[in-house]
Amino acid sequence: MEYGLDKRSNALKIFNTTFIIVWLLVACFPFIWTFWGSFKVRADFFSRADWWYAITAFNTLLETGGKFTTDAYSQAWTEGEFWKASRNTVIVTFFVVTISLFLGTLGAYALSRSTRNYAFWILIAALIFRAMPHITLVSGYLFPFFQLQIWGILPTTIVVLVAINQPFTLWLLYSFFKTVPKELDESALIDGCSYFQAFRHIIMPVMWPGVITAGLFSLMLAYNDFTVTALLLNQENHTMVPKIQSYLGTNQHEGNLMWAVSAVVSATAPLFMLVMFFQRQVISGLTAGAVKG
Amino acid sequence: MPNKTFFWFFLPTGLAMILFIGLPIISTGIQSFYAQHDQVVKEVKKCDPFGCTVSIVVDQEKTSKIREEKPLGKFNGFGTYVDRNHLAIEEIGKFWNETNSFEEFVDQVTNLPFYKALIFTLTYCLFVTPNVLLLGFIIALSLNAVTRRIRGPLIFGTILPMIVTPLVGSLVLFWMIDAEGIIGANLQMLMDDPYLSLKSSKTLTWITIIIYGIWHHSPFAFVVFYAALQTVPQEPVEAAIIDGASRWQRVRHIVLPHIYPVVTFVALISLMDNFRVFEPIIGFSAEGSAQSLSWLIYDNLVNEEVILFGSAAATSMMTIVGIAILLAPVLIRTWKEFRTAR
Repeated sequence: MEYGLDKRSNALKIFNTTFIIVWLLVACFPFIWTFWGSFKVRADFFSRADWWYAITAFNTLLETGGKFTTDAYSQAWTEGEFWKASRNTVIVTFFVVTISLFLGTLGAYALSRSTRNYAFWILIAALIFRAMPHITLVSGYLFPFFQLQIWGILPTTIVVLVAINQPFTLWLLYSFFKTVPKELDESALIDGCSYFQAFRHIIMPVMWPGVITAGLFSLMLAYNDFTVTALLLNQENHTMVPKIQSYLGTNQHEGNLMWAVSAVVSATAPLFMLVMFFQRQVISGLTAGAVKG
Repeated sequence: MPNKTFFWFFLPTGLAMILFIGLPIISTGIQSFYAQHDQVVKEVKKCDPFGCTVSIVVDQEKTSKIREEKPLGKFNGFGTYVDRNHLAIEEIGKFWNETNSFEEFVDQVTNLPFYKALIFTLTYCLFVTPNVLLLGFIIALSLNAVTRRIRGPLIFGTILPMIVTPLVGSLVLFWMIDAEGIIGANLQMLMDDPYLSLKSSKTLTWITIIIYGIWHHSPFAFVVFYAALQTVPQEPVEAAIIDGASRWQRVRHIVLPHIYPVVTFVALISLMDNFRVFEPIIGFSAEGSAQSLSWLIYDNLVNEEVILFGSAAATSMMTIVGIAILLAPVLIRTWKEFRTAR
C-alpha cells in the first residue's frame, strides 16, 4: 500500500522495522543455528557445561583438531546409510509428483469444464478427504496391506501418497483451470478436436504455471511426509524423514544425535533452495483457492 | 462436458481416491469392531517324585493357529469403543460414584488416556488457531508496508518455518530449547535454577508445543493474508484517509471486511491441520506429558508385541467424528449457498 496520501509517522516506521527484524530472527535463527551446529561435535552442540562451547568450538578443537568438522555428515551418509534414505526419497518424490500431476490435471480439467451438480459434490468430497488425518488412513491401510503382503515396499507408499495428495491437487488445479477461458477449448472442439486433444494441445500449453505450482506442492508433501513413510515402509526402504527419527534413538537403543542434526540439514537444504527458486509459485499456489474463492 | 467424457477424465483420480481414501476409512470402521485374540491357555500337569502341580501356560500352537485363521481378531462390537483406553464408560461411572468433589472427578477422568489426548488436542487447537490468525495478519500488514524491492527475501525468510516438515521443525526448536541447548541453558541461568528443563514440567511442555504450533503455522496465514491485502481496493482507503480515519480504523472498517472470507478459509484449514497434531510430540519427545489423538493411534500401530489394530481403528473413528463436527458448520453453509444458487 504505497500511496502519497498515507504518511507514516517515524515511530510507526521504527516499530514496524523492529517487528519485522524480530520476527525474521524467530523464523530463521533456529535453522541458521542448526546449520552452524552441524559442523561441531556433540559435546559442543549439546553442551552440558556451557552453551558458549557451540560457538567457540572447544571440544571440536580437542576431538578433531579443527574448529569445524564434517564428521557428522560423512558418518551419517555412509555408516548411517543416509544415502539409501535419500535415494528412496528421490524415487518416491519423483513418482509421486509425476503420477499426481497426470491424474490431477485430467480430473481437475474435467471438474472445471463440467456444469453438472456432481462436479460440485465431488469437490466437497475432496475437501472432506483433505481433512482426514493421515494417521487414521494409515490405520486403515496397515491390516489389508499385511494380508496382501504389499507392506514395506516403495510402490505401495507411492500409490498411497498419490492418493492422499489428490484432493489438494484437484482443488489447486481446479482453480487454475477455472482461470483459463472456456472459449479456448470450445473453439478447438468446434474445429473437430476431441476433448482429450483439446486438453492435450490447447489447454496444457497455457497451464504450465499451475502445473508447476501443483507439482511443487506434491513434491513438498512426498518429500516431507512422516506418517505414511514411517509406518508403511520397512527399515530398509525408509525415506529421509523416518530415517532422521530413527537416529534419535529409543528407549531400547541409543541414537546418534549428531547424525540426526546433519541429516536434518542435508534434508532441509535442497528444499530451501527449491523454494527460493520457485517462491512465486509457492505463494500463488497457497493463495489460489483462497483469494479467488 | 458430456457425462461419458467426464467419467473417463475423472476415472483415474477418482479410483485413486476411492481405493486409498474411501476404502481405508471403511476398513478402519470394520477393524474397530474387532479386537486381537486372547492367548489360548492350557493346563499342564507336571508330576515329579514330590507330587503333581498344575500350571497354566500359553498354548503357542493353538494361539497362532487361531490368529492365522482369523487374522482380523475376534468380534468385539462396540467393546473397544467403551473400554478403558477409549471412552471408558465404566470407569467414568465408577469415578462419579466414588469421588467426593467434582474437581476430583474431573481430575480422575482427565487421567484416562483418551480424554487426556482429547483435552491436549483441543487445547492445542484453541490456542494455536487464533494466535496463528493474529500473528499472520500482523506480519502481513507490516511486510506490506516495506519497500517492494526488499520484500522478496523477507517473504522467503518468513515462510521457512512452514516449508520444513513438522518433525524437522520441532527437532530444530527442541535442540535449542533443551536444557543442553542455547535457549534452555540461558533460561536456566536467567531463572537461576539449574534443574529447570522444559521436559520436566507438563505445563512448560504444553506451552512449548503450542509456541511451536504458532511458529509453524503463522507463515501460512501470512502468505494468504498478504495475497489478500494486494487485492484491497485503493479508493475506499484513500477516501478514509481524507475523511481523517486513523490507521486502526482503516484496518478495522475497510481492510478486515474485505479479507473476511479469506480469514474464515485460513481458520478452517489451520483448525483441520491443528486437530491432527502429532509429529511435534515426537520431535519434542513429549510423549510423557502431552499426547494427542493422532499420537494415540500411532502408538497403537507401532506397538512392539502385537499391533493393536482394533484400538487404533476405534480412536481413528472417533477422530473422524471430531473432524466431522469441526467441518459441519462449513459444509452446512456451503450446502445452503449451493441450494440458493440453483
